[in-house]
Amino acid sequence: MISRTLHALTRALSPGLRRLSHVSSGGPIEDGSDSAHLTGHASLYVHWPYCLRRCSYCNFNKYISRENNDVMMTECLRRETDALLQLSQVSCVTSVFFGGGTPSLAHPLTIAAVLETVAGRVSLSDEAEVTLEVNPTPEGKSRLEEFCVAGVNRFSIGVQSLQDEDLKILGRDHSSHQALQTIEEARRLRPGRVSVDVMFGRPEQSVESWESELSELLKVCDDHVSLYQLTLERGTQLFRRVQGGEASVPAEDVTAEMYQRARTTLHQHGFLQYEVSNFARHNAVSHHNMSYWRGRQYIGVGPGAHGRFVPLGEGGVDREARTQTLEPDVWIREVQQRGHGTRRRIRLGHLELLEEVLVMGMRMTEGINHKHWQMFSPQLGLREVFGTSAEVREFLQSGRLVLDDRGLRCSWDGLAVLDSMLPALLVELERETSRKLQSDEQRERSDPR
Amino acid sequence: MSTHTDKESIDLSKFPADRIRNFCIIAHIDHGKSTLADRLLEMTGAIAKTEKNKQVLDKLQVERERGITVKAQTASLFYSHEGEQYLLNLIDTPGHVDFSYEVSRSISACQGVLLIVDANQGVQAQTVANFYLAFEAQLAIIPVINKIDLKNADPERVESQIEKVFDIPREECIRISAKLGTNVEKVLQAVVDRIPAPAASIDDPFKALVFDSNFDHYRGVVANIALFGGQVRKGDRIVSAHLGKTYEVNELGLLRPDEHPTQKLFAGQVGYIIAGMKDVKEAQIGDTLYLQEQPVESLPGFKPAKAMVFAGMYPMDQSEYPGLRSAIERLTLNDSSVTVQRDSSLALGAGWRLGFLGLLHMEVFNQRLEQEYNASVIVTAPTVPYKAILSSTRLIKNRRAIQKNMVYIDDQRVMMKYLFPLNEIVVDFYDLLKSMSSGYASFDYENAGYQAADLIKMDILLNGRPVEELTTIVHRDRAYSSGKAMCERLKDSIPRQMFEIAVQAAIGSKVIARETIKAYRKNVLAKCYGGDITRKMKLLKKQVEGKKKMRLIGNVQVPKDAFIDVLKRKD
Repeated sequence: MISRTLHALTRALSPGLRRLSHVSSGGPIEDGSDSAHLTGHASLYVHWPYCLRRCSYCNFNKYISRENNDVMMTECLRRETDALLQLSQVSCVTSVFFGGGTPSLAHPLTIAAVLETVAGRVSLSDEAEVTLEVNPTPEGKSRLEEFCVAGVNRFSIGVQSLQDEDLKILGRDHSSHQALQTIEEARRLRPGRVSVDVMFGRPEQSVESWESELSELLKVCDDHVSLYQLTLERGTQLFRRVQGGEASVPAEDVTAEMYQRARTTLHQHGFLQYEVSNFARHNAVSHHNMSYWRGRQYIGVGPGAHGRFVPLGEGGVDREARTQTLEPDVWIREVQQRGHGTRRRIRLGHLELLEEVLVMGMRMTEGINHKHWQMFSPQLGLREVFGTSAEVREFLQSGRLVLDDRGLRCSWDGLAVLDSMLPALLVELERETSRKLQSDEQRERSDPR
Repeated sequence: MSTHTDKESIDLSKFPADRIRNFCIIAHIDHGKSTLADRLLEMTGAIAKTEKNKQVLDKLQVERERGITVKAQTASLFYSHEGEQYLLNLIDTPGHVDFSYEVSRSISACQGVLLIVDANQGVQAQTVANFYLAFEAQLAIIPVINKIDLKNADPERVESQIEKVFDIPREECIRISAKLGTNVEKVLQAVVDRIPAPAASIDDPFKALVFDSNFDHYRGVVANIALFGGQVRKGDRIVSAHLGKTYEVNELGLLRPDEHPTQKLFAGQVGYIIAGMKDVKEAQIGDTLYLQEQPVESLPGFKPAKAMVFAGMYPMDQSEYPGLRSAIERLTLNDSSVTVQRDSSLALGAGWRLGFLGLLHMEVFNQRLEQEYNASVIVTAPTVPYKAILSSTRLIKNRRAIQKNMVYIDDQRVMMKYLFPLNEIVVDFYDLLKSMSSGYASFDYENAGYQAADLIKMDILLNGRPVEELTTIVHRDRAYSSGKAMCERLKDSIPRQMFEIAVQAAIGSKVIARETIKAYRKNVLAKCYGGDITRKMKLLKKQVEGKKKMRLIGNVQVPKDAFIDVLKRKD
């Protein structure tokens, strides 16, 4: 029945709608050194807040829906997408990501509806990456095909673990077998465009069990793996259990070892680590996430979504950090009343923007290249900012950081301790930008022309 | 019983010296001085009789909170006895060993004391110490046995004790319960009968002893005086012997215990005076005041109190230095037994080295700084004055003490005298003594001068580099425990870094203690997309601010708090 509705939809749609067909893994979206791209483009993040249950480690903005609000939510997602696209005045959306919650619980029509709205406002290329996060239950698996029809061309499957015992501890509602089946189906539908999420540092995990789990995974996964260390977040059930002594997580040096082993193992299997937690073969990187780390604009739609863009539609000049209202019910009301449910907006000054570019860019193994930096800091190059600091020199000398003709980046060793180096880098950035500002002001005062 | 509560109607000319009695109450801590003072005040109508009269004379918040008297307060009472009206001036005193200085000042203004002894505890260390103070000053001593209402009271035994230790006939003891008021009337009678009137004549030229002073923001210095001769009134021009400066009397009166202004004060009386002095140094304790036209011979002054315990006091941040300086200045105005010296620490910046009469004195001072002046202070471990001497002789025994003598007070108790290095008792000796002896043991000390000791310089090293600010002088026997403790504290306050950090305590080139701070093998946020960025940036900004306050020792980042944690008092 769903397919028939979709076909009807397709026929009724305006010619501007993209064709829904198999998309080959085209080349990476052109970076463009043109700074007009900075404000003319954006990626789109859409948040589906509902889940059937809450995993024991999760502190995301998610809700167990009591009544079926799907139609209302869908409509509001459309409306907010439209409103914010207009506000940003971008001409092109480079990628779309449906996250949550459990977006695979949403109806494929929801996906189609949002995509249609986007295509109706801006240019959305056929090749643009459209990712959907998938919870690998049988239900999720059964819908994958319809999601493809709706326009999804990449899947990110939350596998987390291949041990059923651990899945229970994590509070997941699927078995490892079901996860494997979901991966298989996804690979059938979108070969080379499937990503798998796995967690390490789980309770009771050892380095050995992790290694063998990884080899199991590598037999069945596609070309993209995301590895996340489990972090105990205050307010989660797992946190409480660990505090109460009912569960324990591996010691720090053990998780450090797990991370290093995984990096090595994946490398041996042909995966290139391109970010702290992300690994890809055959260039199957996540373009959407890359745009975060490269400091591009992004528009966040849905309860609790975050955005970074310049509201040109209001005459804005600075990039803003924006957050949508967290609570779905409240957010729905606000969208109905004024078209979007933006709760907070903070203008990012020059330094703040640079700070974000630095912190995000350093997470990539390619780091920040000079041209990229120049887009955001035309007057102060990387060498000027970081070349003089004694501490940075120490990082360079000890081989954790590299500053050369390409740009600034972490070494293999440095990436694992990036957060230990960031404060020093930020101190330098603050110092040099304010010094530049002062000397510019002085020059102006002595020669105001 | 008279009830002169009217401010105006007191005519002090009606009280010639022979109907005045100046006395104070002295005792060991908690034997009931302040309670007796309350009763006396009630009975003579100085305060209304209510349930709420608890330690009325303890005005300071810190006194009330701790239940101790810190600052001696004065109260003038009116008492009718056998048809005659008497003016009794009572000075309440602190019982703690630290504050004996306050006691001796009060005593100098009195002719007699009430020596209070707890009916159960009996004679204690401060009882003895205070007795000697009064005895040396040749005051009349009235022994009062208090708390006879309690179950374990044994007044007979205590009377024997008093006889044996002080050579006072047991018949002279008055048994009371200050709490219930039992026999307190007898105390008042004894004050009138047994304490001599002050030997001061109105016909002599005006001469007064300043035995205490307070600083009031609006009115200036308020001096507590005892008149040894003559009279003084508002408008008189008086001179202070110490500085030779002249003042005009603005206001004077009695303390009841609150101020009751009067027209005049007469020989033998005790009261307060305000004469336009702006700085409390102008009303020096022990100073003599006289009329400008009639100079007199100065009264013997006081030996300045000797500081026994020192502590460094530093502001939390150098920007708070001026505020702390003015707070210390104002507080020491009213506590001249605190010695103040400017000092500076490499770690903590500019501050002071303050000398106190004892640990309690220091704690109370600190508490008053925070409560009354809103100052927040870093207190560094107390150091005792050292003199470098070339030869070195060793002292034996675990606390390095030498026994001097031993005396049996009665069949239950013994008094022992030891010679201790001050450093050994300065931190926790008192507490340990109390806990080991279930509170029975008490102790008093006096300075016995300097003695040679085996002291060494101990360095603290971070990855081999010495941290100047943390270098200390310790006794060789204490070096290991002190060094270990410092290393442990540093380990807790220095954040982990990308390399291992060795924290060591060393004497010369010999390492005597060590702790290790492990390196980070992994320190990077796992997930960082859309929403996480904001949270991460916030956290990073905090770290950046913290980092700006850090000091680099070699390549080790050390937060300022680390120095504070190591140097501050270990409570």
